[in-house]
Amino acid sequence: MRSLRIICPNGHLGFAPIRVESFRLGIAARPDCIAADSGSDDVGPVPLGTDTSTSPLGWQTHDLEHMLLASRELGVPMIIGSSGDTGANSRVDLYVRIIKELAAKHGLSRFELGYFYSEVGKEDLRRRMRGGEIVAGLEGHKDLTEAELDATERIVAMAGVHPFIELLEQGADVIIGGRSSDSCVFAAPAIHHGFPEDHAYYLGKVLECASFCAEPYGGKETVLGEITQDAVLVTAMHPDQRCTVASVAGHAMYERSNPYFEHVAGGTLDMSECRYEQVAARTTRITGARFRPAAEFCVKLEGAGKIGERYIGMVGIRDPYTIAHVDEVIGWARDKVRERFGETGYELYYTVYGRDGIMGELEPLRDRPAHELCILVQGVAPTAAMAEELCMIGTRQMFYARLPDVKGSAGSVAFALDEVLRASPAYRWTVNHTLRCDDPLELFPTHMTSAGVERQ
Amino acid sequence: MKTQKLSELAKTIRSKNAGVDLITFDIIFTERATYERVKRAGVLTREAVCKLYRIAPERISDFVLFDPGNAIKFTIYRLRPSGSPGDPDIFGAQQYAPLLDIEVPVG
Repeated sequence: MRSLRIICPNGHLGFAPIRVESFRLGIAARPDCIAADSGSDDVGPVPLGTDTSTSPLGWQTHDLEHMLLASRELGVPMIIGSSGDTGANSRVDLYVRIIKELAAKHGLSRFELGYFYSEVGKEDLRRRMRGGEIVAGLEGHKDLTEAELDATERIVAMAGVHPFIELLEQGADVIIGGRSSDSCVFAAPAIHHGFPEDHAYYLGKVLECASFCAEPYGGKETVLGEITQDAVLVTAMHPDQRCTVASVAGHAMYERSNPYFEHVAGGTLDMSECRYEQVAARTTRITGARFRPAAEFCVKLEGAGKIGERYIGMVGIRDPYTIAHVDEVIGWARDKVRERFGETGYELYYTVYGRDGIMGELEPLRDRPAHELCILVQGVAPTAAMAEELCMIGTRQMFYARLPDVKGSAGSVAFALDEVLRASPAYRWTVNHTLRCDDPLELFPTHMTSAGVERQ
Repeated sequence: MKTQKLSELAKTIRSKNAGVDLITFDIIFTERATYERVKRAGVLTREAVCKLYRIAPERISDFVLFDPGNAIKFTIYRLRPSGSPGDPDIFGAQQYAPLLDIEVPVG
């Protein structure tokens, strides 16, 4: 095989539906593989903690259906990483079920369906920690303690290429993956077919967010990547988009702290010597990437822990005097919460839109509030009943705040809704760490099943 | 001295999560010459970022002059991980606005 061509239709499958027109153009180019990642930690810790998806089932099914039908029609593998936003075991099971249902619905010929899990059991991790293994904190997180482990609801490990390659070797036609590094979803088939790791990991890096490596800006459009023994080529499929030197080089920095290095299980992609060359109107060729295997095999872990149940309230303020004294209004309401519930055992947050609601302490203009404010109140407590009452006091008491010189004495805030609303439970990221492993597959058990109907 | 705003010079000015503990900022230029001019002007440096966002130098994890992308890029630590209750920008996507008005000397 002189080259391998992969299309990616979506950088976070399910989060917003793929754009079908450019996907069809991608299919018409007859790629050797169709792949996408379906996860992100951008969605916050709640989906992992509550074992749910933030993407609607209908959108997940939409994208999987388009990809599956194309994959079976062309007879090429379909590969999905980080199923259902989080890559938790229940999300892998969900996607396996969707694939089986779609295969039945369309009467597809029988095919091999491989999948792997990536949840890490808390007790497994505890055993490793007690055996002396350091679970090292990333990006400012301290090394994991048993107390933080106790506070954690669910943990997933970030797979590299290894379980994908294992399933390709076993003959999988469709792969549904647990939590995965997005670049590895694409690097795996390239390595499986004998292409150099240097280019394979770069291929993954450039394809992972689909059309985010193209210009003009426009998400969810299909791009096509091609790997040879010497280079990677990437082409935009949408007629109005191009992969240019600027857009491809620029993509390396997207949502990464450093544009030169991409860390995955088993090593680091070094892009500091990359060379970019426009070889056609919509195609850029990249050489010079290097994959540097790590001395020790380390896997990233993600974990979410529950803080409590959550209610939210919302108020508005228009009186300029009250706006100037909004912190005292909030202080009044906080006092009333303290009188009812004491100092601790709950969390209460005020987000003041129109002043510093979006940037908080980073806001340079926080001393210049707008002529009207909206305040979002969040109450978090161990039980829903307490969270509701906490949030209700914290919201409604703003109405009764006593400011010495206020003219309006009939109420300090405006209510659009005189109620508080139940929100998702509050979670936090407890685990953003790495774990050393002896075997690249030990955290990622693989399984094979089949889907579709037997033909005579 | 005559100046231009960074928003008039850059093609892209954006912020986004880089993992759950970091927010990264990208300022990308179409023209190499414009990128070099902003670099030389010294208005977008670690020190300038600290002053603009009123943060201590330790809050900056990376500051990169990314020549292949004609881009200046820096990354800061969040005080709490993304998506914690009270976090108003769980994607970190709306933290770049103060950069728009940075004044860059002309010529």
